Amino acid sequence: MNAPMASASVLEARGVKKTYATLTALDGVDLTVTERSFHGLIGPNGSGKSTLLKSIAGAETPTEGTVTFLGKDITRATPAERSRAGMSLKFQITSILPALSVYDNVLLAVQAQDAMTALFLSRTREPLHARIMEMLEQFRLDGRPDELAGALSHGQQQWLEIAMALAREPRLLLLDEPTAGMSSQERRATGDLLGPIKDRCSLLIVEHDLDFIRDICDTLTVLDQGQIVDSGPTRIVQNSEKVKEAYLSHA
Amino acid sequence: MTPATAPKRRVIPWIEGVLLVGFLLLPLAIDDFWVLFVTRVFILGLLALSFDLVWGYAGILSFGQALFFGVAGYCCALLATKAGITSILLLLPVAALAGLVVSVALAFLVILGKRVPTTVFVALGTLAGSYVVERLARGWSYVGGQNGIPSLPRMTVFGHEIAEGPVFYYLSLAILALVYVGLRWLTRSQFGLVLAGIREQEARIAFFGYNVQNYKGVVFAIGGLVAGLSGGLYAFHEGYVGPGQLGPVLSTQVVLYVLFGGVGTLVGGIVGVAIIDLFSFYLSQLWETGWPIVLGLLLLIVVMFKPTGLIGFLVTARERVGSFGRCTPKPKGGREAAAAVNEVT
Repeated sequence: MNAPMASASVLEARGVKKTYATLTALDGVDLTVTERSFHGLIGPNGSGKSTLLKSIAGAETPTEGTVTFLGKDITRATPAERSRAGMSLKFQITSILPALSVYDNVLLAVQAQDAMTALFLSRTREPLHARIMEMLEQFRLDGRPDELAGALSHGQQQWLEIAMALAREPRLLLLDEPTAGMSSQERRATGDLLGPIKDRCSLLIVEHDLDFIRDICDTLTVLDQGQIVDSGPTRIVQNSEKVKEAYLSHA
Repeated sequence: MTPATAPKRRVIPWIEGVLLVGFLLLPLAIDDFWVLFVTRVFILGLLALSFDLVWGYAGILSFGQALFFGVAGYCCALLATKAGITSILLLLPVAALAGLVVSVALAFLVILGKRVPTTVFVALGTLAGSYVVERLARGWSYVGGQNGIPSLPRMTVFGHEIAEGPVFYYLSLAILALVYVGLRWLTRSQFGLVLAGIREQEARIAFFGYNVQNYKGVVFAIGGLVAGLSGGLYAFHEGYVGPGQLGPVLSTQVVLYVLFGGVGTLVGGIVGVAIIDLFSFYLSQLWETGWPIVLGLLLLIVVMFKPTGLIGFLVTARERVGSFGRCTPKPKGGREAAAAVNEVT
């Protein structure tokens, strides 16, 4: 693996703290995602990894600390502003639009960059067509653009959602448990589908499946009880004693 | 659920076609009373369209449609009685503009705040607006207080009066058809796709980068414009405006028209107005005192057991949502071939 040594950072979280009443979900977390890296975020249940991802995506606002994206402080930016800046998110629960066709799902994601007036006049329907078909092809959905998204298999719905998240060429993609509920075959295919995006986009991924993380991530951060236990190249971190201890004691 | 690959049978264009042809020919077969009756259906149909657009397409539960309707009616009535302006070329644009201005003002109060408003907040906010303005109109003698403004002159076009009857009938039908086509086009555009997204997963859409509230604000304003147009026509068709045309009762009636006919189909609202008004008319003759009870029960049954309204009996959910993008045509026989493979395996 050739992890870049000192590439520019895409995302920096500094001292992120999140408390809910008496519960401290995140306790001063620092995290850096570098350009073109696949960064895994693991930890036992309740370790704060989903909260961290949500704070980065804008679904939660940190109680303390800052989040910087491409050099801009986005700690208090709305999800829409983050999205327009080049951040994309795939939720843990599949949230495609089941009553719309597969094609329209992707169109909805791609056209989000366009001005309202252009959408009013349907100006970008034609120019975006090729891009949509390309995304569908890349995620093996090109055979059924007319089908309702809700009629796809669980795995395909997850891919559709990743396709939607990637359709706008984000600089950073946040994935919350992309392989949850997938068969091992679908899981392998997901890894294959994500591989090629590395030269365009960084990835921050929360996942329970350690094998999947080991396969695709070059950097790994381990959280436990709202704090970072270890962070660094996957092959080193995964064998560290601290991590094994944190992970095994809860698992 | 209907199978996703079922052949697309489109029913809505048929309903639209039948209604249009029927309405075009209807005056040949009915007497004056019914011409007035159906004209009123067209005008209230416009109002129903405005509510269907905001609720059925953008998920804004507005109890304020009568406010836009009534304010536009009052504006036109004042222009006609105090300034002697009767030209339709001036009055209808004023009506639409009045609806637009009031709805934009209300949108700033209840929709375009810093936080995303809940459905209930918007419903109560618009209801309160409607109520407050009705009270104001009742107490303000300049606009006639409780009595409103009676005996409006007829609208004119190049000096000719537009009398109630066939002329007003076709005028209203033409305006309804125009607005209908415009809204149909809008709801099937890429903008309409965003609205479909908002309806299905409002929270998700923001993460794509859409500013959901702005979209809602725009739709609310268009709804206000259409309701205003309807209010202007109504005032001159009935020959008067009154505080009742501003208030929550009419606003609620519009909600019922659309729920009964079928939300999110446009044509459903018009069907709802026609059927409810027809029913009310006959029921009131059959049972002078108790008919609202029967009508209320009927509405309740439809809303509870058929949330998609009467149109839901004919139109599938798939057709109601529709599709927005351009799909490449499938190779001929591809679907049958796939079906054959499925059967074999």
